[in-house]
Amino acid sequence: MKILTTPHMDRCIGCHSCSLACARLVNKRFSWEAAGIRIESSGGLSSGFLAKRCLACDPAPCVAACPTDCLRQRPGGGVTVRRKLCIRCGECIDVCPVDAIAVDAAGDIYVCLHCGRCVAFCPHDCLEMGSAEIQNMEGEL
Amino acid sequence: MNEDMFRVLLVNLGTGKGRVELIPGRSSALGGSGLAALLFTTYGDPVRPWNDVQQPFILAVGPLTGLFPLMSKTVSAFKSPYHNQYTESHAGGRSALALRFAGYDALVLQGQAATLSCLNISGHQLELKEAGFMAGMNALAAGKVMRRMFKGNSGHRSMLRIGQSGEVGSAMACINVDTYRHFGRLGGGAVLGNKNIKGIVIQGDGNYPLPENKGYPLLFKKVHEMVTDTDMLRKYHNLGTPANLESLNDLQSLPWRNLQQTADAQIEGITGERFADDTLLRNGACSGCPVGCIHIGYVRERFEEKDNRYLYRQVAYDYEPIFAVGSMLGVTKTFDVLRILDILEKVCLDAMSAGVALAWATEATDRGLLSRKETLVPLRFGDATSYMAAAMHLGTGSNEFYRLLGQGTLAAANSYGGSDFACVLGQEMAGYATGEVFFAAQALGFRHSHLDTGGYSYDQKHKEKDVDAAVSFLLQDEPGRCLLTSMVSCLFARSVYSEEMLAECLEVTGYPEMASNLEALGEKIRRHRWQLRFATGFNPDEITLPKRFYKVSTWKGPIDAAYLDTLKSEYGQRIRQLVEKEG
Repeated sequence: MKILTTPHMDRCIGCHSCSLACARLVNKRFSWEAAGIRIESSGGLSSGFLAKRCLACDPAPCVAACPTDCLRQRPGGGVTVRRKLCIRCGECIDVCPVDAIAVDAAGDIYVCLHCGRCVAFCPHDCLEMGSAEIQNMEGEL
Repeated sequence: MNEDMFRVLLVNLGTGKGRVELIPGRSSALGGSGLAALLFTTYGDPVRPWNDVQQPFILAVGPLTGLFPLMSKTVSAFKSPYHNQYTESHAGGRSALALRFAGYDALVLQGQAATLSCLNISGHQLELKEAGFMAGMNALAAGKVMRRMFKGNSGHRSMLRIGQSGEVGSAMACINVDTYRHFGRLGGGAVLGNKNIKGIVIQGDGNYPLPENKGYPLLFKKVHEMVTDTDMLRKYHNLGTPANLESLNDLQSLPWRNLQQTADAQIEGITGERFADDTLLRNGACSGCPVGCIHIGYVRERFEEKDNRYLYRQVAYDYEPIFAVGSMLGVTKTFDVLRILDILEKVCLDAMSAGVALAWATEATDRGLLSRKETLVPLRFGDATSYMAAAMHLGTGSNEFYRLLGQGTLAAANSYGGSDFACVLGQEMAGYATGEVFFAAQALGFRHSHLDTGGYSYDQKHKEKDVDAAVSFLLQDEPGRCLLTSMVSCLFARSVYSEEMLAECLEVTGYPEMASNLEALGEKIRRHRWQLRFATGFNPDEITLPKRFYKVSTWKGPIDAAYLDTLKSEYGQRIRQLVEKEG
């Protein structure tokens, strides 16, 4: 299965269209936090942007840490989420090595599901659904 | 969100305490411009001066902020140090979405902090931090310090700050928003300086339910495709607003050297293409805008004479700043323009106002009205290095002359002479010497902005001199823009957000009452804003047009003085009638 990759983040203009799309279409929320992909500036706007997102670990440490099977391993990397099973313990957040899981004030978590619905909303084609092989080639494609 | 209640954070800077107020009126004031007018009516005083600490500084967003593309602007409102009247200034960056996601429709600052301070707000935070160590700090350095003072939420917060000009009370002091955007005109920086506020951090850390209907995501997609997949906004995305430099020069409508000319062959040095080819590093966007009209160039400086040691800085550029410190000052090299803009960014002066003021000072020097005693550096059209120094003097108020010039070109001209050639149309002119309609429109416009109405565009399409048609156009154009600045949309998207489209957007996001009544609401907000202008001292009859504007030649030929005077008189009268009519 393909995963969400960000091969062209050096083109990012910081419009947050991807985050807003994820929040709107996947999580049914109005926010730039309640999203599986979140755009941060790295030292003010002058230094460009980075996308905080799930890097599709396989096996994923958050799955191992989840005590209720809310997070399950997704074929091809990453996780699937069964929200009804989440007890808001926050264990997954702490074990994620790349700080990819967001949490809101109520304890609800937001993580990329690699569904790709954000991709079409990026005006500079920074995002692509692709293979794990291009995962680490950001800026080299 | 409650449909009829605005959620407003009021902060008393004297005590450092605040409270959330639920204020009724959303269905009639909408947000943005309408909300700001409502809040100034509630918390402001039309009579007390701008620097009375109880006068509010207002930031307001709208019902569609963040919900649709390019609904990405914030309205600031205050009594202006420039003319002591009510005004608005607009900016983007992340300010609008940050305020929306912090959970507020508006932020109102009242009172004055005891010492220079920074304010930090979010959905669950309110702190006023003493920042005396930032006194005299430029706006870019202030941003770096604020990032250290207030950690977290990188990318999901907005940072507003002022430079030296705001601290010294310059009426041209702007407010820097997220490094590359500004609340530019009419002295908002001095209002914050007067309140002892060096910076404001707005953290958009909230998370809210969406409208529960299938129509919303579908309409979002439709609008997104209009702004990204069609040519409707391509000009802003491609060369950006600087594309207009060459067009206006070709039309004999670009002010050069203090409006002594309206065209010059040297335009080829500062066209949009030249800026893109030579200086463009990258683009940026306001949050919520996939167009990305922010164009960021660079300046590179060798700082050791013998060795190859360089530094570089990133500087945003647009049509208006290029006109103001480029053609208006006779500076015709891209990197020279950016070097001057870099200084203006630091001292945090409105580039348009500062450039036009320095253009007047240059001509006044040529005519012997000013000497080095006043200007401190030799001002000559085209001399970028001197203008960099002068920009610093103007921003920091180095001497009596520069402090007076910082209060407006006419303030200095009234003291030193030369008011005939002060390029002031209510405030320092925008870069459109398009003709009589624009001159009258900016001189009397609500914000004295070229975006108040489409006067500059009307000039470019109409050669006939029909006073009633022109004034009717200006009056009919304004309410629609009031609606957009109440939503709060970027005005670049006005071709996308027709009244019908706005109604659709409001309908699917849960505001059917607004949607069904937009025309009347636009008119009502327009009238309310003008009532505030008049209540705070605006008198169209007191605004005079300097003689320079009567000596201009455009593609239509020489300015027709009688036509211009009649336009101005008729426009002023019709604005007054708007305010005085019953209802």
